[in-house]
Amino acid sequence: MTYIPKPRVRHPTLPTNALGLTRRDYEGSMSTLCAGCGHDSITAAIIEAAWELELEPHRVAKLSGIGCSSKTPTYFIGAAHGFNAVHGRMPAIATGAEAANPDLTYIGVSGDGDSLAIGLGQLCHAIRRNVDMLYVLENNGVYGLTKGQFSASADVGSRAKRGQVNRLEPIDPVLLALTLGGTFVARSFSGDKAQLVPILKAGIRHRGFALVDVISPCVAFNDHEGSTKSYRYTRDHLEAAVEADLVLPTAEITASYDPGAARAVTLPDGSVIRFRKVPDDFDPSDRDRTYAYVRGRQEAGEIPTGLLHLAPDAPDHHDFLEMVETPLVNLSFEELCPGADALEDVLAAFR
Amino acid sequence: MNDFAFKIATVNGTGSASANGLLMKAIFRMGIPVSGKNLFPSNIQGLPTWYEIRVSGKGHTARRAEFDLMVAMNPATYARDMEEVRPGGWVLHDSSWPLADELLRDDVTFLGVPLARMCNDRFDGARARILLKNIVYSGVLAALLKLDMEVAERLLTETYGRKKALLDSNFEAVRMGFDYAREHFDCPLPNHLEPMEANKGHILIDGNTAAALGCVYAGATAAAWYPITPSTSLVDAFQGFCNRLRKDPETGRSRVAVIQAEDELAAAGMVVGASWVGARAFTATSGPGISLMSEFIGLAYYAEIPTVIFDVQRTGPSTGMPTRTQQGDLMTVAYASHGDTKHIVLFPAHPGECFEMAVQAFDLAERYQTPVFVVSDLDIGMNDWVVPTLEWDDAYRPDRGKVLSALELEEMERFHRYLDVDGDEIPARTLPGTHPKGAFFTRGSGHDRFGRYTEDADAYADVMERLARKIDGAAEALPRPEVHLAPGAQLGIVTVGGCRGGVLEARDRLLERGVAVDVIRIRGFPFGREVREFLEGHRQVFVVEQNRDAQLLGLLTLETGVPRERMIPVGSWGGMPLTARDVIEGIMGAGVEVGIVVEEETPEAVELPAARECRRRQV
Repeated sequence: MTYIPKPRVRHPTLPTNALGLTRRDYEGSMSTLCAGCGHDSITAAIIEAAWELELEPHRVAKLSGIGCSSKTPTYFIGAAHGFNAVHGRMPAIATGAEAANPDLTYIGVSGDGDSLAIGLGQLCHAIRRNVDMLYVLENNGVYGLTKGQFSASADVGSRAKRGQVNRLEPIDPVLLALTLGGTFVARSFSGDKAQLVPILKAGIRHRGFALVDVISPCVAFNDHEGSTKSYRYTRDHLEAAVEADLVLPTAEITASYDPGAARAVTLPDGSVIRFRKVPDDFDPSDRDRTYAYVRGRQEAGEIPTGLLHLAPDAPDHHDFLEMVETPLVNLSFEELCPGADALEDVLAAFR
Repeated sequence: MNDFAFKIATVNGTGSASANGLLMKAIFRMGIPVSGKNLFPSNIQGLPTWYEIRVSGKGHTARRAEFDLMVAMNPATYARDMEEVRPGGWVLHDSSWPLADELLRDDVTFLGVPLARMCNDRFDGARARILLKNIVYSGVLAALLKLDMEVAERLLTETYGRKKALLDSNFEAVRMGFDYAREHFDCPLPNHLEPMEANKGHILIDGNTAAALGCVYAGATAAAWYPITPSTSLVDAFQGFCNRLRKDPETGRSRVAVIQAEDELAAAGMVVGASWVGARAFTATSGPGISLMSEFIGLAYYAEIPTVIFDVQRTGPSTGMPTRTQQGDLMTVAYASHGDTKHIVLFPAHPGECFEMAVQAFDLAERYQTPVFVVSDLDIGMNDWVVPTLEWDDAYRPDRGKVLSALELEEMERFHRYLDVDGDEIPARTLPGTHPKGAFFTRGSGHDRFGRYTEDADAYADVMERLARKIDGAAEALPRPEVHLAPGAQLGIVTVGGCRGGVLEARDRLLERGVAVDVIRIRGFPFGREVREFLEGHRQVFVVEQNRDAQLLGLLTLETGVPRERMIPVGSWGGMPLTARDVIEGIMGAGVEVGIVVEEETPEAVELPAARECRRRQV
């Protein structure tokens, strides 16, 4: 990877958000991924989501592990604080950071090797703790930087570029998150920006851990005939089962939707997730039914996508730890240090 | 008087720990210097466990391995327990059943008390009988050792005061033992307790508890950890103190995040994450945890993120002996992680220093933006020590190091994370969310002084070389070594951490025999100039430490350039706290000219045959 600053040229007619920022202001440095990589489309979707949500760039913490996907935080929100952690261990960094300063917006980007193999444990426990963050899993079923080994999300029967066939059962992040009590579980496709952007926005506004598994084909090592993570295979088998929009509190008044026609879920911050399309016999608030639905469609050879499960009011990491509302980093030393007199009292038990 | 050691052999899970703690505290309250070593198995119930108490009017609190009195309560270990009693000593045993003939020795006195029978006759319920047996032997010991019964009863009241029935039975049990001993034995024994005034202004505390208090006082707001003996009690104590001292008075919610991680890898990552956003964060672990944390330690070193890590050492390698002490991590912590790294390490010798160094560790970590280790061991961390009371200066304010404020960033032309602007090898850092100009990309991959990704040799080396200078430059800011000089000494001892007590006692006893040694106890790494001067200033230096491979000696060789030949390794590393005898034997047996050597038969002579042979060789 190289560091190539993009030229800062602003066209006067570029639209700005409420902060006066254009989409370009949410971009980062030039991508060094392969031309056509699904990850770059996801980067574009994150940029769009952040711009639409009017996030203050320097109040965003973007984190990643190691791998192709983990390079991408460099390519969005250049004015955000970034953290490129060690392989598979981004959830721990995010957990510690979010515990100490929940006032930042945390966006984690990881891959299927990073999240489902070396970092599977960390992902599981971040889901269990319901750490308040958006977690984008850019899933291509293959190790790119080391040139084409199967990852833990490769499907049984999927064929590698060099011909080997995967025989191990895949770890499905959506089913995993449902099993672990994930509070926001979604799947999308890097090629479906219309579906992905609202999911990312909702995930950012969700209070808790928002897992978004995004199938993101690897053009270099996993886009051939016989791969089940290729553009072609994904397009042929994808079923956009759930369509949802995020309606911000400020926009709610003018939003033209009929609450009776579609299901609407209000998030703790007042924004509303409006489900436009939901399959029959499906309820995004019912974890077991979602699980059964996803498994059923998979058995039928489909990849159902959309915001599949949502529990907006579940306790998060801060609730579990019974922490004060003030971010720990904002507490004064006087509030933290009990002082000499209190020490005397404490030590009475040791005399 | 006030110079003896006794050992209590019991079965773990039978409640002996509280009885032993009671004895320790009663002696402490009598004003007598005392130390206790809990030798416990890695088990919850049913295996042998021992508690050693040493009483020393002179204040020698190192372990002593020759026992005047053995309280033999576990038939499973009778044979080895009997052997550890010095000739002329005593064995207190449960005479409800006869002792096997082969256990008997003519050179010790057996004091039989029918403890089980007494408890069975007097108390109901199997559990109560087992528990109270410990209190009965405590009563016997009180009579034999002339323990102040008023003090003992007051301690029982403090412990069980709210539970009347429990208090009554404990009172009765302690009296039963006391009266039985007075009636049947010649009390007190020649080796017994005499009240002193030595513990004024002192407390009885373990190192983990003291370190936890240090973390509270330093303003730590995040702790992430994974349970592991012998460091678990540090975080448990931290949580306990926070429950008491860190609650918002209005909401009852906590001003702290104590996160039990899924493993040590995650614990280290959470600490790095919390520190990255500006919290004072720490973890506590032991050797296996350090191994797992090493990857993140390297990241924190390279990305320059403050991190405080307590390593309460136990015996390694691998799982080793989890409930035995050692100093086996010295080399590991000094250079933890792959690649070129070196870390600041503090070495407390006792709980008082655990408290102080906990606070210093946070200041150093933030000033130097790097991991700082506080390395104690199981003996320091989990055993109770008599130390001067912990003191706090309300004028203390944390040294946050160079953290740029929003205003400073606003006024800056441009911020570069790894650019050494001040010429002290320490660039300024920013906290996420402070100001748009402060944003940068934290990474463990190659980066240049501007914080940009690089694969360029010179740009990479530029940062790495500054890091080396930064850490070496911290040496003079670390706690100074403790130095004891003896007039005319040509020999020196270099030691570290929990070896302190054994070394100082050995020094006194060697001096009594005319052998003068200087002592330096290292308290920080990288080593300061005093360490090099000490090594250069002595003909021969003994490096006393508790590991097989002489790791401190290795570090001294690597870091000071002093010839390896000048240093001789001394120590014990089998899991027991160091004794003065270990040190004396090591020095006298090293085969070097120690200077003045006294005649063969000295009344104060060390009893061990091995030691006598060593001296003969000298003569």
